[in-house]
Amino acid sequence: MSWRSKSAAVCLKDLRLEFRMRYAYSALIMFAVTTLVAISFTLAGGLVEADIAASLLWVIFFFSAMTGVSRSFVQEEETGTSIGLKMAADPAPVFLGKFLFNAALLLSMAMLVVPLYLLLFNLAVVHVGGFLVTIFLGLVGLASAGTILSAIAAQSAVKGSLLTVLSLPILLPLLITATNATRTALYGGHLAGIMTDIAMLIFYNGTVLAASLLLFEYVWNE
Amino acid sequence: MVNRIEVRGLGKAYHNRWLFRALDLTIADNSVLVVQGPNGAGKTTFLSIMCGLVAASSGGISIVLEGRQLSQGERRRQLGLVSPELKLYDGLSAVENLEFFSTVRGLPFSLPRARELLALVGLGTRGRDFVGNFSSGMKQRLKYATALWHHPHILVLDEPTSHLDEKGAQLVEQIIYEQRGRGIVVLATNEPREVKFGDQAIVLA
Repeated sequence: MSWRSKSAAVCLKDLRLEFRMRYAYSALIMFAVTTLVAISFTLAGGLVEADIAASLLWVIFFFSAMTGVSRSFVQEEETGTSIGLKMAADPAPVFLGKFLFNAALLLSMAMLVVPLYLLLFNLAVVHVGGFLVTIFLGLVGLASAGTILSAIAAQSAVKGSLLTVLSLPILLPLLITATNATRTALYGGHLAGIMTDIAMLIFYNGTVLAASLLLFEYVWNE
Repeated sequence: MVNRIEVRGLGKAYHNRWLFRALDLTIADNSVLVVQGPNGAGKTTFLSIMCGLVAASSGGISIVLEGRQLSQGERRRQLGLVSPELKLYDGLSAVENLEFFSTVRGLPFSLPRARELLALVGLGTRGRDFVGNFSSGMKQRLKYATALWHHPHILVLDEPTSHLDEKGAQLVEQIIYEQRGRGIVVLATNEPREVKFGDQAIVLA
């Protein structure tokens, strides 16, 4: 049986548990929606500047990811299921399965949050394709970095604090690039600018995924 | 001996305090090793090192099958573990747990085999029930089904009869007896009833 079916089994198991127990999804959605609605009321229908609107979306995505994605390995450690998983599975399929689950979690959250964001802030997207690709790549990047950070934090006694501290330097390049591309997609600008940012996001995602796969075995077997 | 477990110079320290050190022994095929000792002596740690879950501070444990030392990945395929520390997924049914662990081990899942194993451990009619609704004894029984799924050569049991009733304890005795015929059993216990199964014993102080 290939590593793909093993990864799919880990992802499917997490989706099943999430669907039945709702460990992360409810908290993630509630955080995103509450933040959006609170800021929308504060602005009272006024226009939002380009920089602020783009940053706001990625601030919401970032904190939602930290709320939801960070649970993936911590949950396994806290419930004691990580021992069975370590005894049964090779490290790479575990990482890939968790990454796929986290990506699915964040993308499904975005399907609800992004239309609400555009509606509440009365925004029209100029470069629709660039906007959607940026959100997709940005969230995949948050999922991949979040997955390995969660694995590292799960081995520590100070799980929450460590995750926040580690995430800043690792996620900063992703957040800056994604915010730039989102601003251009929302308010217009040179398409070449978005393409450069998208290329950066692809490079970032590839690098983080490859490094995480190499690093994960050591973190997991620690 | 073609198949054996070799413990050489094994030691484990936490914060400069040695739990045990310089352990040397060979566990032969078709035998049972009993690990004894008071609480905190390092019985669970010894089993965890054997399973590759905890790193040794000195020395190590190697598993030799068919005359060849196993890598970490191969060791995973040849070990079955039942331990109070190991938990199954409460949000999955008994059958779903077996299916998940079978798939991540790279083995095809077979419902008849799942039913057969669940019947063996006395959970024949509870396969579709969520593990979260199981009693601690039923969870312990399901751990045996999970540990035996892949026909491991080595069965590692930590407090093998904890949470089990008399029928459960008899079942464990039967499993240990049968596994001894197939390979090796390593069990950590202080229960006189279980200690008597040992072909050899180590006592951690």
